[in-house]
Amino acid sequence: MNSVIFRSSTHVLLPFMLTLSVVVLLRGHNEPGGGFVGGLLAASAFALHAMAFGHRSARERLRVDPRVLIGVGLLIASASGLPALVMGQEYLEGLWLSMTPPGFTEPLKIGTPLAFDIGVYLLVLGAAFLMIVSLEEYRHDADAVG
Amino acid sequence: MLVTLPILVPLVASAACLALWGRARVQQVFAVLTTVCMVGVAVALLNRVWADGPQTAALGGWAAPFGITLIADLLGAVMVLLTAIVGLAVAVFSIGGTTPARAAHGHAALVLAMLGAISGAFVSGDLFNIYVWFELMLLSSFVLLTLGGERAQLEGAIKYVTLNLLSSMVFLAGVGLVYASTGTLNLADLALRLDALDDPRRATALAAPLLVAFAIKAAAFPLFFWLPASYHTPPPVVSALFAGLLTKVGVYSLIRVTTLVFDQERALIADAVLITAGLTMLSGVLGAMSQNDVRRILSFHIVSQIGYMLMGLGIALHATARGDAGAPTETAVLALAGAVFYIIHHIVVKTNLFLIAGAIQAERGTGDLDRLGGMVRTHPFLAGLFLFSALSLAGIPVLSGFWAKVVLVRAGLEAGTYLIVGVSLAVSLLTLFSMMKIWTRAFWGEPAKTNVPPPGAAWTRLGPIVGLASVTLAIAIGAPWVFDFAVRAAETALDPTAYIEAVLPGRMQPGGEP
Repeated sequence: MNSVIFRSSTHVLLPFMLTLSVVVLLRGHNEPGGGFVGGLLAASAFALHAMAFGHRSARERLRVDPRVLIGVGLLIASASGLPALVMGQEYLEGLWLSMTPPGFTEPLKIGTPLAFDIGVYLLVLGAAFLMIVSLEEYRHDADAVG
Repeated sequence: MLVTLPILVPLVASAACLALWGRARVQQVFAVLTTVCMVGVAVALLNRVWADGPQTAALGGWAAPFGITLIADLLGAVMVLLTAIVGLAVAVFSIGGTTPARAAHGHAALVLAMLGAISGAFVSGDLFNIYVWFELMLLSSFVLLTLGGERAQLEGAIKYVTLNLLSSMVFLAGVGLVYASTGTLNLADLALRLDALDDPRRATALAAPLLVAFAIKAAAFPLFFWLPASYHTPPPVVSALFAGLLTKVGVYSLIRVTTLVFDQERALIADAVLITAGLTMLSGVLGAMSQNDVRRILSFHIVSQIGYMLMGLGIALHATARGDAGAPTETAVLALAGAVFYIIHHIVVKTNLFLIAGAIQAERGTGDLDRLGGMVRTHPFLAGLFLFSALSLAGIPVLSGFWAKVVLVRAGLEAGTYLIVGVSLAVSLLTLFSMMKIWTRAFWGEPAKTNVPPPGAAWTRLGPIVGLASVTLAIAIGAPWVFDFAVRAAETALDPTAYIEAVLPGRMQPGGEP
């Protein structure tokens, strides 16, 4: 899209939306949010970029092939169930580490469900990005032929 | 723990293949290693189930009936093993049997995802989860079918996906109805709750949509035509994978739900299954007679052989319906053991015949019988392997198919279902005719002239074929042991006490609140 306003605001919005997607990802376990929503938010940020600067630029901005993201996301999500299996519990059972870093009053909990959510985040980002960009590329190819 | 691995290993490997996007050769080798692992896991699982009874797992630590239950009994475990064996053969054959473009577009990842989904359906203890695995199976098979996007492929894929989506829709509707009526989808829990319904006809009404959906997946009469319309269009290695496993998931699910869950009005279901079985056998074999392409003939024979498996199930249900509730009758066990034996034999032989069709196509560039001929002189080894597998399929005495059919026929005679026995024997003869048609037209006669470039790496094609042929031979030689195994698998399937006890400990006591 050829609009200076749109392009400039995209520059501002992209980092903002990506940060927000990570915030949504992290608050996900006990509050609304999580990997799926976070991944969609991140994908929409890149979709915005694709609209403003074209799908090639969006692919460069993402840096990795979206298919690799899907694979890595799936890997992380499925691996997050393995520690429980090794500990003799059921696959995907949540394991939590609790610690209180200096300066905090409440303990900070970190666990395997977070790894699962990160995997989902990457998977959804990769899949949604691939869909958007493929449609865009298909349209461009059709334009080139027609 | 062992129960989760048959799903986990191929699915994680599939994800790893995606992460290795663009490195086709690495993916293919990786797929072979993964399937070797799957065989190992499956053998360990089968061993454990044989020694200690059904194995269960509750994902995430959420106990049944609320969480996702995985369970492997003997029937499920042997299906997982067969899946792994077919997977290994297909993974090795893929090295030489796929074009570089196809390999670069995720062939290995899709094959592994499909193997994971199939294993998942075999160890799932929950109706909705079976649905999820069916969908994953459908998705990956659809992409495998259309990769390359040739006209014939797309035409076959449209029929394939339309009917399979219809089946999924009916399945999902059935799942909804079951949940609304009973408040559970866990198979073991469902078995207890359906027995407590005031009217057994309600249970049968709930069974109807599920049975129809599974019958479509199994390619049973009348909605089988998606199978012969699509199986000959993708590369041979993909059709071998489909031919060996996909329809058998439908048959397995039919066996599972009719013996475990919907056992309230067995007589009615038995009649429906027996009629379907007879018509499936006949329509498949008659369809095959009019075909002129190796893989098309073999595709129609899958349909016909699904009929034999359903015949075993039907006779088993028929025989238990006559006997009183409680311990399954000997005839019922014999019939279901026949079906299990048939499935074991069929998966191995059928995959192998499709791989042989693939080898023929690689050597001669076509599967059209009019343009083949004389391969017994140019490729005597391949000819021998084909003859062995084809005769096994047709059920020539002492080969594996013969034993499977003997058990089925004997059970049918004991149960007094003479009509289906007659049909099955006639169909057997026609199967032999079809196999001989391929033999005389493709292997005998004058060698046809071809200008196909000599294909490289013959071991990737012959290796899996020889391997599967040896498994077939082992089934034939070890028939008494395979039969003993099938009997035990049938006994545990027909008497669900152990299954329910494994999923819901303590719920089976008399007077226990269902």
